[in-house]
Amino acid sequence: MADGMINLTIDGAPVSVPPGTLVIEAAKQAGVLVPHYCYHPGLPVAGVCRMCLVEIEKAPKLAIACATTVTEGMVVKTQTAPAKDARQGVLEFLLINHPLDCPICDQAGECELQDFVFQEGRARTRYGEFAKRFNPVEDFGPDVLYVPNRCILCTRCVRFMEDVAKEPVLNVSERGDRAFIGIHPEARLDHPWAGNVVDLCPVGSLLSKDFLHKARAWELDKTASICTGCSQGCNITLDTRDEVVVRVRPRPNLEVNRYFICDHGRMHYKWMNRGDRIEAPLVRRDGELKATDWDEALARVQAILRGASGKAVALVSAGASSEALALVKRLLSGFSWTGAFQIVMGEEAPLAGVPNLALRAERAPNAKGAENLGYTREYTQALAAATTAAVVLVLDDADCAVETNGALIYLGTVLGDNAACRRADVILPITNVAEEEGTFTNRDGRDQRYDQAKPAPGMAQPAAWILGELISAMGLAGAPR
Amino acid sequence: MGFPHKSHPKETVVLSQYFGDAEARTYKGWVKRGGYEALAQALKMEPNAVTDIVKESGLRGRGGAGFPTGLKWTFMPKEKKKTHYLCVNADESEPGTFKDREIMRWTPHALLEGTAIAAHAIRAEIAYIYIRGEFTEPWTIMSRALEEANAAGVFGGIKVYLHRGAGAYICGEETALMNSIEGKRGNPRIKPPFPAAAGLFGLPTTINNVETLAAVPHIIKRGAAWYKGLCLSNPKSTGTKLFSVCGHVQRPGNYELTMGFPLKALLYDICGGPPQGRTLKACIPGGSSVPILTREETEATLLDYEGVVATGSMLGSGGVIVFDDSADMVYQIMRLAKFYAHESCAQCTQCREGTAWTTKIMERILAGQGKTKDLDLLLDLSENMTGKTICVLSDSCAAPIVSGIKKFRGEFEAYLAGKRQPVMVG
Repeated sequence: MADGMINLTIDGAPVSVPPGTLVIEAAKQAGVLVPHYCYHPGLPVAGVCRMCLVEIEKAPKLAIACATTVTEGMVVKTQTAPAKDARQGVLEFLLINHPLDCPICDQAGECELQDFVFQEGRARTRYGEFAKRFNPVEDFGPDVLYVPNRCILCTRCVRFMEDVAKEPVLNVSERGDRAFIGIHPEARLDHPWAGNVVDLCPVGSLLSKDFLHKARAWELDKTASICTGCSQGCNITLDTRDEVVVRVRPRPNLEVNRYFICDHGRMHYKWMNRGDRIEAPLVRRDGELKATDWDEALARVQAILRGASGKAVALVSAGASSEALALVKRLLSGFSWTGAFQIVMGEEAPLAGVPNLALRAERAPNAKGAENLGYTREYTQALAAATTAAVVLVLDDADCAVETNGALIYLGTVLGDNAACRRADVILPITNVAEEEGTFTNRDGRDQRYDQAKPAPGMAQPAAWILGELISAMGLAGAPR
Repeated sequence: MGFPHKSHPKETVVLSQYFGDAEARTYKGWVKRGGYEALAQALKMEPNAVTDIVKESGLRGRGGAGFPTGLKWTFMPKEKKKTHYLCVNADESEPGTFKDREIMRWTPHALLEGTAIAAHAIRAEIAYIYIRGEFTEPWTIMSRALEEANAAGVFGGIKVYLHRGAGAYICGEETALMNSIEGKRGNPRIKPPFPAAAGLFGLPTTINNVETLAAVPHIIKRGAAWYKGLCLSNPKSTGTKLFSVCGHVQRPGNYELTMGFPLKALLYDICGGPPQGRTLKACIPGGSSVPILTREETEATLLDYEGVVATGSMLGSGGVIVFDDSADMVYQIMRLAKFYAHESCAQCTQCREGTAWTTKIMERILAGQGKTKDLDLLLDLSENMTGKTICVLSDSCAAPIVSGIKKFRGEFEAYLAGKRQPVMVG
């Protein structure tokens, strides 16, 4: 085994981990999930839920796997009678004041209390006829509700706000079984990253108002994606139900966003479900846009491109995939080419406790990818150049205020309020980020793939497919196979 | 000395010699009685030499755990690279214990002197004395004494601060105490790291009880051999210990005894036994957190760390709670459980929920609505509350429940069978 590694056995399985590793993490490597609530790899260890009690050979009593570091030759047993009894005891204690309102709880189906009680809890309560603790629901912030009755006081939310967001507005108030999560009387849970407490909460105590009663966890399809909210490139999961994106959750990536996403990114999904989409290719016939099929639309674009020469301008969105951006460039390779993108700027909102993680001022996911492919930020100049260009191609930029005497080809998802794109000669319906797969390059130059979460509306196709079809039909060099 | 009682001939008066002597509270009065000589002597010695004397004396922590004091001091880093702290635990809140209060009330300078010696021994530049919030009189007296001692410049380079608690029992737990001094919620911390490695503000820290430190000047002055000689039974328990006797005895109070003194003699000879016409039923020998002893066990107990363990309990803080035959053990145990339920810091699940649930069951039994399976349930909950949490508050709640049901099952069963008049509590 590798030098400098610690060797230990967990439930009979040998593992080798770096020194300083916690038993709970070493167990994951051995394929053993030690049940736990307060432990979270993105937060400081609290050791308070006492759920991860395991037996360690030669130790005088049970130890918590989340606060015990591995030692050479350690023998850990998670399934012995004392360990199981202890965990069953914790589950029983957690349940005595927990309302069994799973049927109306948003967490049901992805609730760690449900899961572990089902796995190793008691079938029946011994709490008898005592009344459960009751506290009313509290409004913590713009998107967070606190349901104290369901709270198991794991303090993940408190530690997130204190140690990761560095805005300690939450605490544990009161003592004993009267305890609850309190919020500073003059504060709101409105930190730009506060929404993470909802993901961190292992039970249904902290709820997102946006997702409240929207869907049941087991109805959701989950797709790996990349957040389009800014240039950070946070890894996310798009949760869809009935082909509608209903929730965005962080997908752990220690190099980019650890376990977190900001609230801007979390809410940046509603546009993916827009109903006013272009569903069929449109071509200008007798001065009017008419719906048609792909063959005619693509033939029209080919005719335009073959019949033109000189200057071409591409005005693109910094939210388009690198694949589409590269193919636009190739499609226009016979012209004297200019490409530019415009980018919406906002306020930067860092997550203080994680280095190099922030909601970035550049609110688009692929500006770096566009730049790498030769697109510039000189959008105004490109707009000016477009007026005299032979061909102007607009990619997914509905608000583009382009004026041109040449031919205008628009690949987009919506027609937008701006009339400019409506004047196009050909309008080709494309898919949005949730409906295709592709690649974004984040601000640090990391290329990240995103997957398709839902089908495209109508006849819409991924921009990369459309451009690829055109390139091969035109016999241009390097056509995608 | 059982102030306000006169000292009993069977007592060994060391710490309590000046209890009741108001002049001893002043700096001048203390110096007149030989005070601060030990400190002056210690400051001239190498820190390790001071530690060696204390180690040799056999002094053990008087706060409850009985850990050898000198040994604890040696856990501090050998090479001093960072600030070292000494914390003095004067948060005496264990029900039935009131010895530290008397030390601070009558001999504040004894504590300050012991504090300074200990700080010197562990090479701490700063000492915090954490005084229980409810101790208003001791606080005033300690403040005055500290002012005088500072004015007299007796501490050398050591800075001593008083820190006032806010009334939480758990802040007497050493790591919770450190959190409290740091301005945080008084929650116990997970160990390791132990305080000697990363304690107050993350720096090496030693925490000692008031009584422990008050004994240190005597040891320095009179020598380790003298202190070691104060032993009536097991040589591992040396010196004198203050016992706070309360409950059903004729003369409750603080009594200072040599280690190994028989509990029976304390209760009957010194405290006068139970009130007229009553007989001893039970005794909690070491503050509310330790198992209850029956009369037979009580009368066979020798008061030192090993002696009390031998009869099934612990010496703890030396808070002796006495029950005569008029006591309702079920009610008494409910009161203890209720105390722990009130004081649980709410961190660990077993403690937060278990102490409260236990109390509810105890109240139900007292109300005559107990169920036959309640006793087994209580024992099972107690098992789940023992040895599984960060600190021992939950164990402390379970100890009297388990020993109470074991030793006084009849009283519980009388309630369960409806043979006792229900008691309404709530």
